[in-house]
Amino acid sequence: MSLLEIKNLHVRVDGNQILKGVDLQIDAGEVHSIMGPNGSGKSTLAQVLARRESYEVTQGEILFNGKDLLAMKAEDAACEGLFLAFQYPVEIPGVSNAYFLRSALNAVRKYRGQDEMDAMDFLPKLREKMKLLEMDEKFLNRSVNEAFSGGEKKRNEILQMAVLEPKLGILDETDSGLDIDALRIVAKGVNAMRGPDRAFLVITHYQRLLDYIVPDRVHVLVDGRIVRSGGPELALQLEETGYATVGSAAGAA
Amino acid sequence: MGASKVASATQTTQSLETYAEAFSSLEKKAVGRELPWLRKLRQEGFERFNAVGFPTMRDEGWRFTNVSAIAHTPFHLVRDGHSLPLARQIAAFGMAGAACTLVFVDGRFAAGLSSLDKLPRGVTVMSLATELAKNPGAVEPHLGRYLDMQRDAFSALNTAFIEDGAYVHVAKSVVTEAPIHLLYVATPHDAPTVSHPRNLIVAEENSQATIVEDYVSLGGKALCNTVTELVAADQSIVAHYMIEREDEQSFNVSTLRIQQGRAADVASHSVLMGAALVRNNVHPVLNGEGGECLINGLFVGGDRQHLDNYMLVEHASPHCSSRQFYNGILAGHAHGVFHGRIIVHKDAQKTDAKQTNRNLLLSDTAQIDTKPQLEIYADDVKCTHGATIGQIEEDALFYLRSRGIDEASAHRLLLMAFANECLDRMKEGPARAHVDSLIQNYVASVTGSAAIQASPAAVGETK
Repeated sequence: MSLLEIKNLHVRVDGNQILKGVDLQIDAGEVHSIMGPNGSGKSTLAQVLARRESYEVTQGEILFNGKDLLAMKAEDAACEGLFLAFQYPVEIPGVSNAYFLRSALNAVRKYRGQDEMDAMDFLPKLREKMKLLEMDEKFLNRSVNEAFSGGEKKRNEILQMAVLEPKLGILDETDSGLDIDALRIVAKGVNAMRGPDRAFLVITHYQRLLDYIVPDRVHVLVDGRIVRSGGPELALQLEETGYATVGSAAGAA
Repeated sequence: MGASKVASATQTTQSLETYAEAFSSLEKKAVGRELPWLRKLRQEGFERFNAVGFPTMRDEGWRFTNVSAIAHTPFHLVRDGHSLPLARQIAAFGMAGAACTLVFVDGRFAAGLSSLDKLPRGVTVMSLATELAKNPGAVEPHLGRYLDMQRDAFSALNTAFIEDGAYVHVAKSVVTEAPIHLLYVATPHDAPTVSHPRNLIVAEENSQATIVEDYVSLGGKALCNTVTELVAADQSIVAHYMIEREDEQSFNVSTLRIQQGRAADVASHSVLMGAALVRNNVHPVLNGEGGECLINGLFVGGDRQHLDNYMLVEHASPHCSSRQFYNGILAGHAHGVFHGRIIVHKDAQKTDAKQTNRNLLLSDTAQIDTKPQLEIYADDVKCTHGATIGQIEEDALFYLRSRGIDEASAHRLLLMAFANECLDRMKEGPARAHVDSLIQNYVASVTGSAAIQASPAAVGETK
């Protein structure tokens, strides 16, 4: 059984058909990448997977760990082990990062029938993850994402993923707005989490991130459909030829 | 329409007669009736009240608040001969870490329920009635000297009925860190009751104190019409808390008149959660150079609660700063009002006055009226004001939920974050801890209903 199975997914947003029949299978232990031009539906796919309710699924189904993902609320999907690193992380003034992280972890632990963690047990665990992502301790007491730089926000997303230890991590253009140093740190955080029980879906516009997080499979999404799939070499090829040729090639085929 | 008008006029007449009877009875029996200055003060109060009557929505300061429910109800003054609540009923309203607790039952000091044992030297806390009987000379220079009765009928009415309340005196250079807890308890009676607590707080030069006024009820329809005159002498530091958590049959009108001396630093924190109708008047006058005043508030309403905040900040001296921050959270059919008036007098150069009112509406039927009013007669001043009205942000809610936090908890977290803006302006200590736990509990109860109201909209989006 695959960890994630997307079958013939059609999604409409604000009356526009964005996804027009996406099929995708990801097994545990694999890293897949979805590449595609702006507006091709990459982020829509990410949001639907994270169960954003305003995105309307008109056709198709998604199985996550064998369960019907589309029947889940956002919080249930998270507790089942799905994590989305947002393209645009949201600022939450008045809620400290440490409190937020612990609330999230305890919500997930509670769902899984585990004991809640108190601050004493949680902080050492958190500090260890922050070290990996080269984040200063001052981030703990600051409000979630408030007045964070772009790079700090993205690292904070990866920190949350490291704390929640999901089965499937979806990275939605995590590389956008990152300089090469921040990109390396983010990649290091992701690679440290790779393992036989965990999968990643890396959504990106550019191939550069994939130099650091090397995928097993690369899929090209154009106009709401996956038009080509291949190994990591496909990403390099796209970097040279652009998406237009791939799209037309698919059209010709 | 005509008939109901006649009926309401009759009701009002009845209620006014009730006040007149109570006043003539009080004049004969009240503590301090032999003091000419006090008798005169009471009479002036009653005459003023009689002359103007209860305000209507035609009055500029009452445009958003209809007090006809108060005007039409004959409230009875409870003076004596009623049974006191039990100590364990009162204990539920206690505050951990308080220096002392003065309990007032229906406006009257209840010595048996109060604890006054832990006060430091130089701090006097007792009932105003006792101080008027024993040492009126300490009260006379301050009582009624700062309050503007002409401006407000409720203040005039309170003044007519001055008898009991809290008297707090902090001597020069005395610092008392533990809060002085003043607990006002309304108890059930056969008929609606009124109390007029009158508090006098005098912080002498270079002193420091924290005072918490806490309004609660044990049931029964009641009007609490309270006035506090707070004198913060030169260089003093005073934190004042007003906590309103009475039940849904209660009406509460309070006026806090602050008189600030040179370089005095006063913080007024208002936390309104209870009562059917609340009018919260805060009126600081920065009367000495270099004074600082923080006017901080949080009002949280549900059902059909009406929570009205009327701020009047007067800058009467140069180089003073005032900062007003009020946050409102309104659910159900609740109606909130923030009226922020700033007057900068001619000589108050280099005034720095700031006003911010932020509101969250949790339902389509909740309402907020927010109104800044700046009157500036000096030419070298900095005055800013701003107001926002919003809802819980869908993006923030989804972000929290995508991390595993369920919808109701996410709602609560975001509301507490909004409320925390006010809590963060309170100094760490027992008073803040007290307020914090009250707010947590209240926000949890309001969000319970908010989450239910929010779901139809969420369903609508997925259609």
